[in-house]
This record gives sequence, C-alpha cells and structure tokens, in this order.
Amino acid sequence: MSLRDRSCVTGIGETAYLRGATKSAFELQVEASLKAIADAGLTPKDIDGVIPIGIVSGTADDFIENFGLPDLRFSAQVPHGGASPAMALQAAAMAVANGVCSHVLITFGRNISAVAAGGNKAGARIHNMPQFHYVTEFEHPMGASAPAQLYAPMARRHMELYGTTVEQFGEVAVACREHALLNGNAVMKKPITLEDHRQSRMIADPFRLLDCSLESDGGAAVVVSAAERARDLRHRRVFISGVAAGHPDSPGSITQRPDMTSLGLAKAAPRAFRMAGVTPADIDVAEIYDCFTYAVIRQLEDMGFCAKGEGGPFVSGGRLRIGGALPTNTHGGLLSQAHVWGLNHVVELARQLRGDGGRAQVAGAEVGVVTGYGDMGDGALAIMRRE
Amino acid sequence: MNQAQPKPPQSPTALSRPFWEGAAAGRLMIQRCAACGKLRHYPRLLCDACYSDAVEWIEASRRGTIHSWTVAHHAFHPAFKDELPYTLVTVDLEEGVRALGRWTGEPPAIGQPVTGAFVARPDGVDLVFAPATA
Repeated sequence: MSLRDRSCVTGIGETAYLRGATKSAFELQVEASLKAIADAGLTPKDIDGVIPIGIVSGTADDFIENFGLPDLRFSAQVPHGGASPAMALQAAAMAVANGVCSHVLITFGRNISAVAAGGNKAGARIHNMPQFHYVTEFEHPMGASAPAQLYAPMARRHMELYGTTVEQFGEVAVACREHALLNGNAVMKKPITLEDHRQSRMIADPFRLLDCSLESDGGAAVVVSAAERARDLRHRRVFISGVAAGHPDSPGSITQRPDMTSLGLAKAAPRAFRMAGVTPADIDVAEIYDCFTYAVIRQLEDMGFCAKGEGGPFVSGGRLRIGGALPTNTHGGLLSQAHVWGLNHVVELARQLRGDGGRAQVAGAEVGVVTGYGDMGDGALAIMRRE
Repeated sequence: MNQAQPKPPQSPTALSRPFWEGAAAGRLMIQRCAACGKLRHYPRLLCDACYSDAVEWIEASRRGTIHSWTVAHHAFHPAFKDELPYTLVTVDLEEGVRALGRWTGEPPAIGQPVTGAFVARPDGVDLVFAPATA
C-alpha cells in the first residue's frame, strides 16, 4: 500500500542558528525538539517514535530518559549524513502509516564550533566515519581530505561536459543569500552579488568560498504523525505525499563511480514523484540540499526539473529566487542560513506549505519538494502538499 | 624536508596490503577475481559479479586518461599547507578502474593521456601522474 498522504509533518522547531554556541549539541537538539513537539500541540510524552539524525548528539535512549517517554515503540538510525533527514521522513512515514507508532520525533543538534575548536575540523572529521574508509585509506594521505576536495571533480567534469559556468554556480549562492536576508534566523546577514561569488577565494577548484556551505551550530526537529492523528493537531495538515531514497553506484568512492555526475537522488526521484502523483512542473517551492552550489544544479537535473547537463542554464536568470519560477531554499539553505544537515530544509518546506514563511513566503505554495544529499552522493527526497 | 605535522598515514589493512606493498615497489596492484576474472579497485572483499572472495593481484599499467581533476587551494589538513596549490587527478586506467593521484605539469584536461609513477615521501609513496610521453 502506498505511503502517499498517510503521514504529515505536524510540528517544526529550530534553535537560533549561530557560530560559537555555548550550549552542547544535545542541549540544542533538546531545545529544538521541545519546540517542535509544542508546535504540533503535543507534549513530550506523546512521542512514541524517535529518529536522532546522525550519531553526533542524543540517542533515542537519551530522549526516553530526559522526556520520561513512557513507551517508545519505534526508533531508527539513518546513517547517511545529509541525506538522513529526508530518509528519516521515509522511515517515519512507514512507521506511522503502518500503526507501529503515532508521532515520530526527527531531531538533530550540533555544536560544530566546539568540535572544530578541539582540532577536529572538516578535513579530519569524516575520517572517523566508517562510510569514508576508502577515502581515508587511499585519498586522504594524498591530500584529498574534505568534501570540497572530493566533490570538486564531479563539478569539474560537469563543467567540461556540459559547459556549466562559474556564474551559474553563483546564481545558486546569490539566491540562497537573498533568501537568508529575509529570514530572522540565518547566520549570514550581508547581501552578495555574482561578482562577490566570483571574487571569493578558491577552496578546491572549481569551488570558491561562496560555493561552500557554512559551518554553524544549532538544532532542528520535526514531528511526523499519522495522517489521521494529525487531523486533531494544531496546524493545517502538511502531507508527505511521496518519499524515496536512493544510493549512487560506488557510494564509498566518487573516484570509482562509473558516472560521477549522477547521484542517488536520480534513482529515488521517479519513485517519489510517482508515489505523490505529481511531476516537477507541479512543484511550487523547493528546498534542495546545498552542501555546495553545484549540488543544487546536479539535483535539479536528477529530479527531472531539466535534462542532464541543463542545470546550469536552468538556475540562471533568477529562476531560484522568490518571485522566480522555482523558488528554492527560501530559508537560505546550508549556504546562507545554517548547516544542520538539511533538517532546516524540512522545517522550511513545512513552514512554506502552512503559509507561515513570513517575508520569504512563496505565494500560493501548495506542493513542494525537499531533498537530502549525504556522504558522497546518497540521496532522498520528500514531496509534500498542504491540505 | 621536515614537516611540522605528519601527513595522514598510509595504513594497509589485511584486504589492501598487496596494494601498498606493490606501491612501495613502484607497482600499481589491483584485484582480479580468481573465479570470473573481473578486475576491481579499490580493494573489496567480494567480486560484485560472481560473489567469490578468491582474489589474485595483477599489476596495472599506470596508463590512462584524465577523468576529472581539482586544484586544492585550501589545506583541510595542516600537513598539506606548504604544498598549496596542488592538483589531484582522477584517472581512467586502461584496465577499466580508476585511480586518484597527484599531478605534475600544466593544468590537466579531461581525456588527456597520462602515465603514473609512485614517488617516495617520508612515510610512504604517492601516486603521481604526468602527461603521457609518446
């Protein structure tokens, strides 16, 4: 039986996003979780499913102990980095649609400032993670250490095969920044231009500083409830209409991937759109995982918003900006709002579909998509619609 | 040259030891399934075509073409700071698998023929590619 419209995002919560947080990752995670639960009109003891994102902060047991959960019926780990929030929506939708539990808390917190101050910067962190073991053994010793360096060859190949340009990367960066400025809770607060993007210092060619997502602290959480239970909660229902996950070939090594310009999302997207009964043309607002500007262009192609190789022209001319044909990352994204593994993208899509987007509200937004991109190309997406 | 901080170590596993022993001797070793003959790299436990774990190691040519590349301008690990900027190339080897290596020479281009060699460093070897000589 299809998962279409069997579950809803009923609660959303976020902490302030910042750098140099004084709270621990778990404290941030708890703060966001309590906000999401209250937003749904629930109490913590109503939660009977928990999916902590990543293994960087609280475990399911920590939530039982701190919330006094009387009967946690479902928990899961989704170990796919930035794809985990959208994959967690899939797991939660399955759990509530099948009556395993009623209200699943998906929750994340990080204090990356504290982690980095301990010497564990971006180039070192991933090498503690088993899914990066090929990189750790064969590439890190040569100086291919961090995601920027590992993903850059994908972007370079896309540029050379399809003519994708620096300006097109810049379009993504500028759209995200413009949207972050509409948001009272974003780390980046100054406008940028295409020229600022081009002039920003090179990190890993072709990625410049303004192609790269932020390092920031904060927590985010959502509650996913069975659609019937959601009827009685506080907000207009936002249905999960289609949800799917997919993995690229050679997920552990981009070097060895047969087509390094294709992501797991390319496998997942047709499944999710089919489940939801919509096409990309029906999407009013998109929250696309933007670890790097290129990743947005790539995922637009993988989802079928345009043909392979046409993502660069597609994002040009302000199409992704509010007022454009496909408003994207209306919160500012990982590039300009905050990097909480994309759970902020899930929060923002629900907010938009409720009509609560404030100055960033996309007029008449009824159907939207959120994606996740994890590790070296794992993908997931959820298509949501308002009641 | 002394380095303030050592580079990330080359740490062979039981699975990959023949690769690293070959590299130290200047040879690029890759796995061949002893049951069906399929080549694979990086080292894996099983052949994904026939699921055999029987492996033999063959020496690859170190010849290929550029699949893609990047230039590192920021050191994500302090040991590489003095080497900036440096170029990394992804190479389609003649054997049908890929290798990542450092690069010497003019900026590379996708499709360009290249040849690799192992170059000593204080704690091991790096695979370094250069334009193929006719």
